[in-house]
Amino acid sequence: MIRVVLPAPLRRLARIEGEVLLDVNGPVTQHSILTALEARYPTLGGTTRDHGTYKRRAFIRFYACGQDLSHEPPDAPLPDAVASGREPFLVVGAIAGG
Amino acid sequence: MSGVRVLVGTRKGAFILTSDGKRERWDVSGPHFAGWEMYHLKGSPADPNRIYASQCSGWFGQQIQRSDDGGKTWNPVGNQFAYDGVPGTHQWYDGTPHPWEFKRVWHLEPALTDPDTVYAGIEDAALFRSTDAGATWHELSGLRGHGSGSKWTPGAGGMGLHTILLDPKNPKRIFIAISAAGVFRSDDSGATWKVATKGLRSEFMPDPTAEVGHCVHRIAHHPSRPEVLFMQKHWDVMRSDDAGESWREVSGDLPTDFGFPIDVHAHEPETVYVVPIKSDAEHFPPDGRLRVYRSKSGGNEWEPLTKGLPQRDCYVNVLRDAMAVDTLDRCGVYFGTTGGQVYASADSGDSWSPIVRDLPAVLSVEVQTLR
Repeated sequence: MIRVVLPAPLRRLARIEGEVLLDVNGPVTQHSILTALEARYPTLGGTTRDHGTYKRRAFIRFYACGQDLSHEPPDAPLPDAVASGREPFLVVGAIAGG
Repeated sequence: MSGVRVLVGTRKGAFILTSDGKRERWDVSGPHFAGWEMYHLKGSPADPNRIYASQCSGWFGQQIQRSDDGGKTWNPVGNQFAYDGVPGTHQWYDGTPHPWEFKRVWHLEPALTDPDTVYAGIEDAALFRSTDAGATWHELSGLRGHGSGSKWTPGAGGMGLHTILLDPKNPKRIFIAISAAGVFRSDDSGATWKVATKGLRSEFMPDPTAEVGHCVHRIAHHPSRPEVLFMQKHWDVMRSDDAGESWREVSGDLPTDFGFPIDVHAHEPETVYVVPIKSDAEHFPPDGRLRVYRSKSGGNEWEPLTKGLPQRDCYVNVLRDAMAVDTLDRCGVYFGTTGGQVYASADSGDSWSPIVRDLPAVLSVEVQTLR
């Protein structure tokens, strides 16, 4: 199972408590995880990436295994630790402030 | 037993303020959707339990929420606002063509007779309609496809479609207003549109009387006389007696004719309210005195309403969607400020008191009269 950790505003929006556990068919990528996530929770459509183009929203970041994967291609395979569920896939709202 | 429900959108959540018909004691519910920008909430005239809300965030984008129980519970509905066809371009700040891009929903206008039909005014300016209670949205693209659309240019606050007026006497007639574009009218349910700006004059434009480019801040009308329109423009308070075919200035003796909201008394179609703001560079009341101005003659002659409002050291703003009236007798008038106060008057503006003082900056105020 893939483990996904969402920021608090999205957990409240979709009425999620804790981590999301997802089955992902095929290669485990940013795109496949987010597609499975949006299928489970349709209200999350458009919150992390654009509805039509799937382009990542500007202030959203994707982390895993201590790495910022935000700029990796959406269809690039994620680390094995994510695919095996040992490490979560983190959706992060970029910090704002000064 | 009559009562009122005041729907308040703020920078960091929504609040619902309720009172009985006396409007003396208030219950405050919220924050709903804490942390999100709540641009606008509005109830259906056909079913007061049906409320639509625009919820957005710089991080997470746009959501539309719907309540079917008067705001006690909410559910997210459709949030896809896809421009019709190939979106094309409008004019960018530097004069170059710029693709239309959805940013947020500024205003939601439920239909007068069908609670499942609701209009949405969005940025970049376009008009959308849902006929399935918000589940899906479809652009009324005749507006953006109007011949002038490619020339529309955003102002500093963005190119938002912020006002939608539905005509209770003519179900096919819609008025809309867009910042830095102008006023448009449709007489065929939104299929085609005509510019309705004749008589407007905006000195910031190279041609002050050009057809499009006027920064209209808000328009309002009385339901019994929908062809009479009142406008708060970037500068100037204007009036049209012919459904927007022509406009004339009625700023009269206002201390400044800059401002954002404008509204009409529920029972007196010639009684109009504005909140004068010092200037486009200084978005606060003149002299630090928060004054609503009321005209009982449809403009030109205005009286300051100050009782209960701060008359020193007040430097808040009142945004375009942050004023509303109820339909009780006497008419209640409400407005919210960027300082987080929501003021109410239960006597048509003669006196005011704050319902709440310390909300986040208020973006919108709407009122439902419950009978």
